[in-house]
Amino acid sequence: MKAVSPLLDTNLVQDTLSEAMSNGGEWAEIFVEDRQSASADFDEGRVEAMMSSRDLGAGIRVTVGDITGFAHTSDLTTNGLFEAAQAAASVAKGGSQLKPIALGGNGLAESNARILPESVSKTRKVELLEQTNAAARAENAAISQVNVRYSEGRRRILVANTEGLFNADDQTRTLLSVNCVASGDQGLQTGRETVGYTVGFELFEEHDVEAMARRAAGRAITKLGARPAPSGQLPVVIERGGGGVLFHEACGHGLEADLVNKGASVFRDRVGELVAAPSVTLVDDGTMGVEWGSVAIDDEGCPTQRNVLIEDGILTDYMWDHLRSRSAGRPASGNGRRQSYQHLPMVRMTNTFVTNGEAEPQDIISDTKNGVYVAQLGGGQVNTATGDFVFGMTEAYLIENGEITVPLREGNLIGNGPEVLQNIEVIGNDFAMGSPGTCGKDGQGVPVGDGQPTLRVAALTIGGTAS
Amino acid sequence: MVELPDLADELVSLARENEQIEVCVSRNRSTTVKAYSGEVESVRSGKSEAVGIRIIVNGQEGFATAGSLDRRVLSQVVEDARGNLQFAESDPHQGVASPDGVESPNLDLVDPAVLQMSEEQKASLAIELERRCLSADPRVSSVRSAAWSDGWGEFALASTTGISVYSEGGSCSVGVQPLAVEGNETQIGYAGDAARRPDSLDIDRVVEEAVEGATGMLGAKKPLSERLTVVLEPGVAAAFLGTIAGALTGDRVVKGRSPFAERLGEQVGASMLTLFDDPTNIDSLGADNHDGEGLAARKNMIIEKGVLSQFLHNSYTGRRVGASSTGSAVRGPRSTPSVGVHALCLDPGTGDRDTLFQEVRSGIFVRGVNGLHSGVNPVSGDFSVGAYGHKIRDGALAEPFSEATIASTLQRMLLDVVAIGGDFEFLPGGSGMASIAIEDVALSGM
Repeated sequence: MKAVSPLLDTNLVQDTLSEAMSNGGEWAEIFVEDRQSASADFDEGRVEAMMSSRDLGAGIRVTVGDITGFAHTSDLTTNGLFEAAQAAASVAKGGSQLKPIALGGNGLAESNARILPESVSKTRKVELLEQTNAAARAENAAISQVNVRYSEGRRRILVANTEGLFNADDQTRTLLSVNCVASGDQGLQTGRETVGYTVGFELFEEHDVEAMARRAAGRAITKLGARPAPSGQLPVVIERGGGGVLFHEACGHGLEADLVNKGASVFRDRVGELVAAPSVTLVDDGTMGVEWGSVAIDDEGCPTQRNVLIEDGILTDYMWDHLRSRSAGRPASGNGRRQSYQHLPMVRMTNTFVTNGEAEPQDIISDTKNGVYVAQLGGGQVNTATGDFVFGMTEAYLIENGEITVPLREGNLIGNGPEVLQNIEVIGNDFAMGSPGTCGKDGQGVPVGDGQPTLRVAALTIGGTAS
Repeated sequence: MVELPDLADELVSLARENEQIEVCVSRNRSTTVKAYSGEVESVRSGKSEAVGIRIIVNGQEGFATAGSLDRRVLSQVVEDARGNLQFAESDPHQGVASPDGVESPNLDLVDPAVLQMSEEQKASLAIELERRCLSADPRVSSVRSAAWSDGWGEFALASTTGISVYSEGGSCSVGVQPLAVEGNETQIGYAGDAARRPDSLDIDRVVEEAVEGATGMLGAKKPLSERLTVVLEPGVAAAFLGTIAGALTGDRVVKGRSPFAERLGEQVGASMLTLFDDPTNIDSLGADNHDGEGLAARKNMIIEKGVLSQFLHNSYTGRRVGASSTGSAVRGPRSTPSVGVHALCLDPGTGDRDTLFQEVRSGIFVRGVNGLHSGVNPVSGDFSVGAYGHKIRDGALAEPFSEATIASTLQRMLLDVVAIGGDFEFLPGGSGMASIAIEDVALSGM
């Protein structure tokens, strides 16, 4: 489904860029975004509400030296765009550089979706919610509450700059999540499962929502018998696909060039050094098929690519956006992203993952005398200056004498990025991507993916209450 | 440009027979100026508009929203909301709020001082903030970010039940993140302030706190695991008590997602603990004249001397339990009203922070936590977060610690409050907090 005309008229794009340069700016960019989304919440056994949302606007950026001016507007008329262009241009001080701007490319894009969600009836979406709810409730009588949420989003973007770039993308993402509450003698427990990809409604041809509902219900039920997690340092085995967020936090953020440049990363000046166990290869790849963090181009119009960040334990490169790559005199890496047209882009991850090792996952578990087995991690957070990071375990078990035994209550794990990377003892051969995530940085959220094979970290601090 | 209250009324008048309509419209503008290396690094400004429309017919609710007040967009939003409601199941309690006769506090929240700041003044404030951090301590090597932000907004809400409210106001804020370096170690600090007027910002304190936050953590070590008393500084106390308040909202309670659902009137906390929401106090940045459904803002007791006094409700959850709204609807135009606090406050103790440390004698002072979104489950009550700060030894602050977690359950922590500080302050987020000491918390480190 190729778009027949650009999101904004080509002449208006050119004129706006000229206006943005009229105060002596050195470089200017216009980012136009049209986002349509819809969602439906199913709670307490009924469709609670359906919502739809629409946002259309543009952000205009002007740079002069190391200074950036930026203004956004939802008024896409010539007046609205010129006013924003002038506001962005105000950081430049005098000297007109009016010259015609030639645009390469046609500013057109094809949708990544095979079935656009907006073309599917709401009745069908309601059926999906009902089906998911019924499967979760049927799993066990102790399931006391089920919330199912469906959401679809289509984001069309157009990026043009004074270097002649004129690119577009048409990104559709579809997601279904289910949250179960189980009630037991010792209170309430929760279980969650999400399926989401950078695809259209075809998502549901390939994924069984009932199986997903049963897994979420199973998680909540299992945790009814959970014990308090231990407190202190133990070996931790992380199930495949369950813990890519560990690498996202432990080193991903620290490899973002904006943080590195400002001295706010423990990985500064360490390219070429051994920063991880030699078995660790870490990649950020925005081209990865239908994964949640995939995009054809980033929000600066740069095509995404596969970036190897750590190879066999050696730090090979950071991630880059336009601003940071330009000052370093090197190509961008397709990691310039922004939450919306109202935001300035910065260096962000896409899909971040550790590649396969050679160990059999079962051997990793049986070689662990005592430790914790984490089947599903929640979100995390890192202090990039120190490398200290936390991440939550939403499904975890004790490992006793090489066997997975009792379930544990929820809690955070804490570690130090550089130390944890060195402490990765063994990596399995069973790579899988994990659940879709939203990464937050400086107040902006963007969709990201992560993944990893089953692996063991020699020691992480478990934030439980049991001694 | 059309006035927002007129626009809201006009959209409400589109209601068909049997339809309830509630319209929220807003206009905002904002500026952020960041400084780096003694110069302006970036200037960001923007204008935004938003509309959110709820339509209810026979208990079926539909909602649609957009980031524009363009006429064509508005007609589409009305149509989308109508289209959406057909797929929601009927709920007899569903509906917009009805006026309840409670008087608005009539706070004067409009202070144009923030509008009178020039771009140059904003830039020089951000540059000054960076410079002062750099000169405050030789160990401060650079500043990751020094920023000024301000915003001004208008908001109108109207509905078919006769509600029609309008508010206008602005605020400004500063934030700074200095980096302190010693040997191979780097620590990052953060502090910020927010106010309705530029001259109410306490820049001296921001610089002092940010620099101390970075330099004070130099040399931090991973602590030994043990059970001890933790003192949460006011910002951390706000995060903890905010989670508690979330579990005491009608939405969680009626849907069986609160560990406190059956405990109204019971002793759920230590007797020194009194918690309330007070948006009528103009000293809080969360102060407002009305809630997210247009009902008058009011003070609500939540926990009084440790006893759970009431749950917070919006009009929907209020009807569900046969009570009325407590004026606790929170929302922007982009979402339907949920239930929450506007200005959560704690009754403080007496004496300064040192007095509190002397009372506690030994334990830790928690300056910051992370992983609140990943390690706290407000349904089960499990609480486990990353923490850093200082040891308290012999009644005084001692060496810094980091890379540790503190864990307990929300239920236990309320009961285990052993002291509350007299260091009450209103935080940029709107809550009025003091340090609180909680005993028998598991610190996990080595």
